[in-house]
Amino acid sequence: MTANVLSVRDMVVTFDDFVALDHVSVDVATGESFGIVGESGSGKSTLLRAVAGLNTFSAGTLSINGQSYSGRSRSKDFYRTVQMVFQDPYGSLHPRQTVDRLLLEPLAIHGFDNVDQRIMRALDEVGLGSGFRFRYSHQLSGGQRQRVAIARALILEPKVLLLDEPTSALDASIQAEILNLLEQARKDRGLTFVMVSHDLGVISHMCERLAVMKSGKVVETVTADALESRAFSADYTRQLMTASEGFRRV
Amino acid sequence: MTDKLLTVEDLRVSFPTRTGEVQAVRGVSFTLGRERLGIVGESGSGKSQTGRAIMGLTPKHAKITAKTLNFAGRDLLAISDRERREIRGKRIAMVLQDPKYSLNPVSTIGRQIIETLKTHERISTAEAKARTLAMLEAVQIRDPERVFSLYPHEVSGGMGQRVMIAMMLICGPELLIADEPTSALDVTVQLEVLGILDKLVAERGMGLIFVSHDLRLVSSFCDRVLVMYAGRVVEELPSADLSKAQHPYTQGLLNCLPTIGTDRHPLPVLDRKKEWAL
Repeated sequence: MTANVLSVRDMVVTFDDFVALDHVSVDVATGESFGIVGESGSGKSTLLRAVAGLNTFSAGTLSINGQSYSGRSRSKDFYRTVQMVFQDPYGSLHPRQTVDRLLLEPLAIHGFDNVDQRIMRALDEVGLGSGFRFRYSHQLSGGQRQRVAIARALILEPKVLLLDEPTSALDASIQAEILNLLEQARKDRGLTFVMVSHDLGVISHMCERLAVMKSGKVVETVTADALESRAFSADYTRQLMTASEGFRRV
Repeated sequence: MTDKLLTVEDLRVSFPTRTGEVQAVRGVSFTLGRERLGIVGESGSGKSQTGRAIMGLTPKHAKITAKTLNFAGRDLLAISDRERREIRGKRIAMVLQDPKYSLNPVSTIGRQIIETLKTHERISTAEAKARTLAMLEAVQIRDPERVFSLYPHEVSGGMGQRVMIAMMLICGPELLIADEPTSALDVTVQLEVLGILDKLVAERGMGLIFVSHDLRLVSSFCDRVLVMYAGRVVEELPSADLSKAQHPYTQGLLNCLPTIGTDRHPLPVLDRKKEWAL
């Protein structure tokens, strides 16, 4: 591939004796939507957090937009390029800040102008409208909070969005709304997505390519089309596939 | 089924709040024999409160009314707290969502299960222990002796949920209420736990109320499904006829799930109509 916006090579993350990521390599092309699936403890979130600089990694390389990063230090530039949306909308918003304040913070840090307009536009884009601007997060529903979190990530006009189970805390009907919103944002802005989920259905809907992870390793990388036609080789992928089809009485 | 285990008629649960009364459940009626009934709905639809009202776990300040709330010939609203306690755990049991929060963190698994058993039956400690070990084995825990002396934080989520099921089934209840029993578990573990639950419910001939937000899961697991919206049952149908659902809300819930092999961009979203909530 020519233009990889994100490239991870042989990344190793350990927590004391526990190897959370064991020589993981992943390439994501510009404009692509890349999915990561696996069960809890497979290291999928750790990978995302290591990319975002929330974990350190002890070996391997990470390059984003041609720039190498190591450890946990990230430049301001990095956060202009890469933003993250977290799983739990109840935990990822500051409980004592209004939506306005939440959205202002990244703008102030990065020295943006036209703050007022940007906040209004960001809220419009996620379908919330100005009525929500001076509310606190506890006054919002789960779906609305996740919209605020997405607005906060998009307000810096990043190129890459890291999505860590963005809909798993939401109802099925709200999930559809958020997925549509994310897809629209990607289309409008030409974003690159790296999306982590345990739900194969969601990943195959949102992503063109996906990596299947298990116990810190990438089991295989397949395209979503291959998943549909069952053209995958690993047993574990098959297991996940069966699990996603629901309960069957034996 | 001929013998009615549970009859619920016009069940209402409401909570007084500063801004007025919130009606969580508004007139739910159904009957249950020794069968599997699924209750599906979004958060706030009243599905959990329905289960909790039957179990008698609604907070004291809430108001419960019903024309009938009859379990095996006894009026659950009229009996004393003491009688209620005799039924709860012994004849009606409930599996909760997250074993991390619903098991006692400072007591070993074995002690918790024995406690349930000894509350309801007069048996010796040795016998209680033997039955607990047998029950742990029944939920397919490979090394029951070891798990018996572990604390809840020392076991995984899937194992914790099996312990929970073991604890709930040890007194041989006639009715089991499972409130999102697998939502906190991994997809691969979910199926295992459901398989165990399915087998035990069938073997012991219990009635089951399965509360979940996942319509597909419920329909593959239960014989009959109640779909709830805003505190009311909007549709009741046999699981096999799910594709023939009439209510737009049920159809919407079915359609909004992304599945492998269908290409729908954007996903259809629920267009909530005001009249659904009437």
